Amino acid sequence: MYKYDEYDHSIVASRVEEFRDQVQRRLAGQITEDQFKPLRLMNGLYLQLHAYMLRVAVPYGTLDSRQMRMLAHIARKYDRDYGHFTTRQNIQYNWIKLEDAPDILADLASVEMHAIQTSGNCIRNISSDQYAGAAADELTDPRPWAELLRQWSTFHPEFSYLPRKFKIAVIAADEDRAAMRLHDIGIQIVEQDGVLGAKVFVGGGMGRTPMIAPEIKGFVPIEDLLSYLEACLRVYNRYGRRDNIYKARIKILVHEIGADSYRAQVEDEFVEVKKLGIDPPKAEFDRIAAHFADPAFETGLSDEIDRSDPDFAVWLDQNTVAHKQPGYAIVNISLKPAGGIPGDASSAQIDLMADIAEQYGFDELRVTHAQNIVLPHVKKADLYTIWQQLTEAGLAEANLDLISDIIACPGLDYCSLANARSIPVAQKIATRFADLGRQRELGELKLKISGCINACGHHHAGHIGILGVDRKGTENYQLLLGGSGAEDTSLGQITGPGFSEDGIVDAIEKATDVYLAQRGEGERFLDTYRRIGMAPFKEAIYG
Amino acid sequence: MKILTGNDLASGDVTWWTGDSWSRHVEEAIDVADQGEAIAQAEEGARRVNAPYVIDATQTPEGPRPAHIKDRIRALGPTVRPDLTLKPADPAAGSWVI
Amino acid sequence: MVELLRYRDDEPHDEPAVTLDSFLGQSNATAVRIESGEDARALLPHLGRLSLVEVSFPKFRDGRGYSSARILREAGYTGELRAQGDVLVDQIPLMRRCGFDSFAPEAEVDEAVLTASLARYDHVYQTAADAYVPVWKKRHG
Repeated sequence: MYKYDEYDHSIVASRVEEFRDQVQRRLAGQITEDQFKPLRLMNGLYLQLHAYMLRVAVPYGTLDSRQMRMLAHIARKYDRDYGHFTTRQNIQYNWIKLEDAPDILADLASVEMHAIQTSGNCIRNISSDQYAGAAADELTDPRPWAELLRQWSTFHPEFSYLPRKFKIAVIAADEDRAAMRLHDIGIQIVEQDGVLGAKVFVGGGMGRTPMIAPEIKGFVPIEDLLSYLEACLRVYNRYGRRDNIYKARIKILVHEIGADSYRAQVEDEFVEVKKLGIDPPKAEFDRIAAHFADPAFETGLSDEIDRSDPDFAVWLDQNTVAHKQPGYAIVNISLKPAGGIPGDASSAQIDLMADIAEQYGFDELRVTHAQNIVLPHVKKADLYTIWQQLTEAGLAEANLDLISDIIACPGLDYCSLANARSIPVAQKIATRFADLGRQRELGELKLKISGCINACGHHHAGHIGILGVDRKGTENYQLLLGGSGAEDTSLGQITGPGFSEDGIVDAIEKATDVYLAQRGEGERFLDTYRRIGMAPFKEAIYG
Repeated sequence: MKILTGNDLASGDVTWWTGDSWSRHVEEAIDVADQGEAIAQAEEGARRVNAPYVIDATQTPEGPRPAHIKDRIRALGPTVRPDLTLKPADPAAGSWVI
Repeated sequence: MVELLRYRDDEPHDEPAVTLDSFLGQSNATAVRIESGEDARALLPHLGRLSLVEVSFPKFRDGRGYSSARILREAGYTGELRAQGDVLVDQIPLMRRCGFDSFAPEAEVDEAVLTASLARYDHVYQTAADAYVPVWKKRHG
């Protein structure tokens, strides 16, 4: 994985000092909260319901064990012994003191981490495929591209006061594990005439006006990528709406002027920008890519696994994925124990995951957009030992992509924007469907919960989505069906009137009953919904 | 009644205006009547509070109860982590929020 | 009146800047003010006679002026480029990178803070409209 050189270290160290100075000026009253707010947000520091919240960047979700242990250390020393992994592959701490924030950033910098641009109206952490570099189906490792974009976007002088936040995802497989087309810019690395380049989608997003990004350019060679993105961003910075915060994302601009008109403007701008020499030479890309070379895989390993322990066999089938290298597997560690808080991990659990990664996984971990952790490179021969260690720590829930593998935003338990709590709903659903056999019978079923219309819980992209709203001071939950954040991207449709917290759990059970009764051979819940439509589900839920 | 709340600037703790200072306990909040905005402005200027705002509450034998669930969650702590609330030993505390 | 911060050696321009509309309608003005929503490219045919372009920042969150500045510098404009309005001390380093070389903030700027901010970063990741060499260039000689 990428290692900082002297320049990266220097830039991040300067950032720590800059923020220390900004915090000191705020505490001394030299700047107002109104002036400080955009500064702290650009360092991921929010004022939430109970305290300050710090969001730490995990670039494209990749970590080593030393970094993972630092995350545990921060949870112990400065927070309340846990952290929350997010849908943007980051981690959040909920109980941070403003006066501690500069020291936390200094601790992070010591392991090549930061909180730069994890909030604010700027280019956010670049997200990617959690199986990058390990997946059997990928064209190439997308992370060198993502790292190139991380560096380009860091303190970008022109794009730090955009109309609104800006999220970019990069993938390099046909199977989309990063909800790529639901980003402001989604990039898929593709091959054309033996050369790799970027297929660029612009104007996707969730929030109150969900949109699937249209393709804007079929192929941008690496030598032109930064110029092309600079053109995309410049058109947005100049013409994106600033009169209404709810219409300020790039998806609204692209939608209002049309993809063709947007593309034409970008092409014109690209001609100008390309003259400026802002694209690094191929040698810089190659330097970055060298950091992502395969670890020293052993060859000639067996793919045989002893399945005699039935609980292990269930976990093996559910939570491991094919690796490109024979004898190896990708392990998903579920942070969704039945009745737990989706995405939360204690510092002891974080440390344990770091230990396992160091001992058995070439020292690498990933954070997934579904709020789980991945060990990307594990020998099949070590799986049983790893499973035993995870089981002891409550980390071996065998529910990947099942109904209890719920994405949930922090909701009204933590978030000042929320209208309703998300976590208790997730807990009730996971408890109702606690029987693993029943979950496996239901098969892949992506359930996603947001506590407000901002959609941090990706409810539009859930096979089943839940949106919490405030109905006259009472929490109320709308149900959506038919969304997908995968390569078959679609937006869920609202079933009808909303429900109470218990009512929504009943409604979901009825929807799953319809699926079980009507499914065809090999159909997932989503496939059946697409085939039979909303009506039978509505009938069962409200009839 | 109207009560005044905000967060401590340095620590971020949720605080409530008691008439002469700020407390972490909503039970100690006082009715600010129509003085909330003025107090908020003065206290924010003195950096004794961050992002203060006035909310509606009802007076109860146990003290003021904020009208909106959001401020009740602020007053107690996350409902999903009773151990991290201000009343970790009181299993009934959660029902005060809902 | 808050002091003008200037990073140029020439004499400040003392004529008032005219609006974009009046500038385009008259041939003798040499100073123009563009609002944040106005197209800086409208000035490109006239760069030779301009000695001051003032870009308005009605709110510090309105970042359109950063693009206006870069567009003017990319087109070869070498005269004074001034950021006027709600310009905060923490924004000035990025504005300098976009090509602004004078600042007329509405509120007082703490010069000690500004001096420290401008000197803080030894390295930058991108090419922009200033003299900084991006790190990718340093890495590859």
